[in-house]
Amino acid sequence: MPYEKFRILESSGVPLEIENVDTDQIIPARFLKATERKDFGKNLFRDWRYDQDNTPKKDFILNSKTYNGKILVAGKNFGSGSSREHAVWAIYDYGFRCVISSFFADIFKNNCLNIGVLPVQISAEFLKLIFNSIKKSPSVKLKVNLIDQEVSISGNSRKEKFEINPYKKENMINGFDDIDYLLNMKSEIKNFANKKPF
Amino acid sequence: MNKKTLFDKIWDSHVVRKIDNGPDVLFIDRHLIHEVTSPVAFLGLKKRNLNVMYPDLTFATADHNTPTINQHLPIKDPLSAKQLQTLRDNTKKHDIVFWGLGHKKNGIVHVIGPESGITLPGTTIVCGDSHTSTHGAFGAIAFGIGTSEVEMVLSTQCIMQPKPKSMRININGKLGDSVTPKDIALFIISKLSTSGATGYFVEYSGNVFSEMSMEGRMTVCNLSIEMGARGGLISPDKKTIEYVKNREYTPKGQNLENAIEYWSKLHTDEGAVFDKEYNFNSSEIEPMVTFGTNPGMGIRISGKIPKIDSEKDNLSSYLKSLRYMGYEIGDKMLGKKIDYVFLGSCTNGRIEDFRTFSKITKGFKKSKNVTAWLVPGSHRVLNQIKSEGILDDLESSGFKVREPGCSACLAMNDDKIPPGKYVISTSNRNFEGRQGPGARTILASPAVAAAAAITGRITDPRKI
Repeated sequence: MPYEKFRILESSGVPLEIENVDTDQIIPARFLKATERKDFGKNLFRDWRYDQDNTPKKDFILNSKTYNGKILVAGKNFGSGSSREHAVWAIYDYGFRCVISSFFADIFKNNCLNIGVLPVQISAEFLKLIFNSIKKSPSVKLKVNLIDQEVSISGNSRKEKFEINPYKKENMINGFDDIDYLLNMKSEIKNFANKKPF
Repeated sequence: MNKKTLFDKIWDSHVVRKIDNGPDVLFIDRHLIHEVTSPVAFLGLKKRNLNVMYPDLTFATADHNTPTINQHLPIKDPLSAKQLQTLRDNTKKHDIVFWGLGHKKNGIVHVIGPESGITLPGTTIVCGDSHTSTHGAFGAIAFGIGTSEVEMVLSTQCIMQPKPKSMRININGKLGDSVTPKDIALFIISKLSTSGATGYFVEYSGNVFSEMSMEGRMTVCNLSIEMGARGGLISPDKKTIEYVKNREYTPKGQNLENAIEYWSKLHTDEGAVFDKEYNFNSSEIEPMVTFGTNPGMGIRISGKIPKIDSEKDNLSSYLKSLRYMGYEIGDKMLGKKIDYVFLGSCTNGRIEDFRTFSKITKGFKKSKNVTAWLVPGSHRVLNQIKSEGILDDLESSGFKVREPGCSACLAMNDDKIPPGKYVISTSNRNFEGRQGPGARTILASPAVAAAAAITGRITDPRKI
C-alpha cells in the first residue's frame, strides 16, 4: 500500500520508557478482527491507554497533554512477539511516522519498513539522552534525517547516525513498496519456479 | 570448498535474485494463510487488480478466531463471522485450498501443515504468524511475515528478506525426569532473553534434539521466535522422513525417492562457522515455569523469583511486570495458587502433549478450584485422542476436551481468562493481557500443567 514519502522529520517526541513492549500491548488480539485497514489508531496501546470501562488512564503517556508529536521514543526490544502488521498500522494511523529505540524486534522492524514507519535504532546512551531531553522540555524537537541517516536533538550538539538497508532507504524516500519491484520480475520468478524439483 | 550451514544451503537454493546493497528475493515453496492476517492482503490484490500467482502453493485454514465449542452452530460474534466468511470468499475466488471450520482437516495452521505433508524438509515456508518457526522442525526455513509480505507471496510467490545471521545451540546429555521439549525451550529463552537471538536464524543441534520426537522438535522450533529469532531448524533425519512419508502432500513414487536422497544430504557441513554458538548441558535443565510477562522471565519450578540483573534489564520494567503478576522478588513458585489450566496451541496442542498430560492426570481428579480448557491443535489430533483412549481417561478425571483452534493462547475468541486470574498455560506468550485483559499467565509444559490441574497449585510433576 502506498505511503507518504519520508525524508526529514522534525517533531517533538512521545516518550514510552518501557522495555520489551510487545505487539500484544501495541494492539491487543481482540482488535485484529477487521477485514480492512481502518481505525487501528484508536486502539493503539488499548489496555495501557484505557481502563476496562474505557476511561482513559491518566498516567499513560498517550493520554498526557504534555507530550505529543510524530515520533514515538521507546525502550529497548520494541515490538517483540507476534507478526501482526496491525501493530504498525496502529502506530501509523495514530499519527506516528517514526519509532526510535535502542533495539527492535525483527518482524516488527520489517513490517515498519514495508508500510512507511521509520524504525530508528540508536545507542542505549543516546536513547537515554533523548528521554532526558524530552522530560526536561516536552516540546523539544527531534530531527530524524533519513537522507543523512542521522538523529539530532534541537539545542543539543550531540547527534547520532543510524543504519538502514540502502534499498529500503530508497523505498522510504520515494514511497515505493516491494510488490512493485517483485511484479516487475515475474518472468524471472517463473523461470526459477519451473526449475524447482518439487 | 566453502563450508555451509543447513540454513545456508536451503536459503541459497531459494534466492531468485540478489539485490545489490539490498535484501534477497526469496522464493517461497509453501504459503499458509489464516483469517486474521490475510484479508488486507487480498484487499491489496483487488486494489491492484492482481491474481494469485501459484494458488496451489497456498493453503488456508481458520484457527485464530474460531470457537472451540459448538463449532457446528453459526458464529455469534459478527466480526469473527465476517472475517471467516472473507477468508472463505477469498480462497474460493483465487482457487486456494481452504480447510474451514468443521472441515475434517481443520486445525491450527502450524499443526495441520506437518500433518498434511505440506511441511517438507529443505523448503521455504511462510505464514502471517510468528510461530511459523514451528515448521523448522523438519529442516525447513520457516518464519512469520507481515500482511504486506502475505500480499507479496500471493502475487509473486516471493518476498524480500535480508539474510539473517546464523546461530547454533547445542545441547547434549541425558534429560532428567519430566523434562519436556517445552522446558528445554523455556530454559534456552531464560538464558538468552527475549531478544537474545534477534537477527539470527537458529539451528538446534546435539543428542537432545536428535533423540526428540517430531512433535517435540516442533515445540522447540515453535518457541524460537520467543528469543527474538526469526526461526529455528533441526537437521532432517530418519525420524523426519518417517514422519513425512505417506502424507497427503508429500511427493510420491520416484519423486519421493529423489526427495529422500536430497533430504538425506541436508545438514550443516563439518567445520561450518556460525556467527554465534551456545552450548548447554541437559543436566542443567529442570521443569520450568515463567513468573513475569515475557517468555524470558522463566525459572526452574523449584526456584525463587530472582532479583533483577540490572546489567541486562531495566528495574522499573521488571517491577511493572511482577506487579502485573501479583508476585514479588524472592517468592517461591511451587505452591502458588492457579485458577485455570490451558492445554493447547501451536506450541503444545499435539498428540504427544495430550499423552503427557493424561499420563499424569490418570487416576486423579481435576481440582474443583481449577477451570481446565483442553484444546487439541487439529481434528486429527482430536481423533487420535479418542482412538488412543486418552479422551476416556481425561473424562474420568473430570476434564472435557474442546474442539480445535488457537483458543486461549491469544484469546481472540470467547476463551478468555478473566482479569486477575492465574492460568498455567502450555502456550507461548505470557504477555500482559495476552490470554484476556488482566489475565496472568504462567507458561509451562503439559506435564506441569497436568500436575497443577490436579492440585490447583504450581506443583512439581515429579512429585505426583
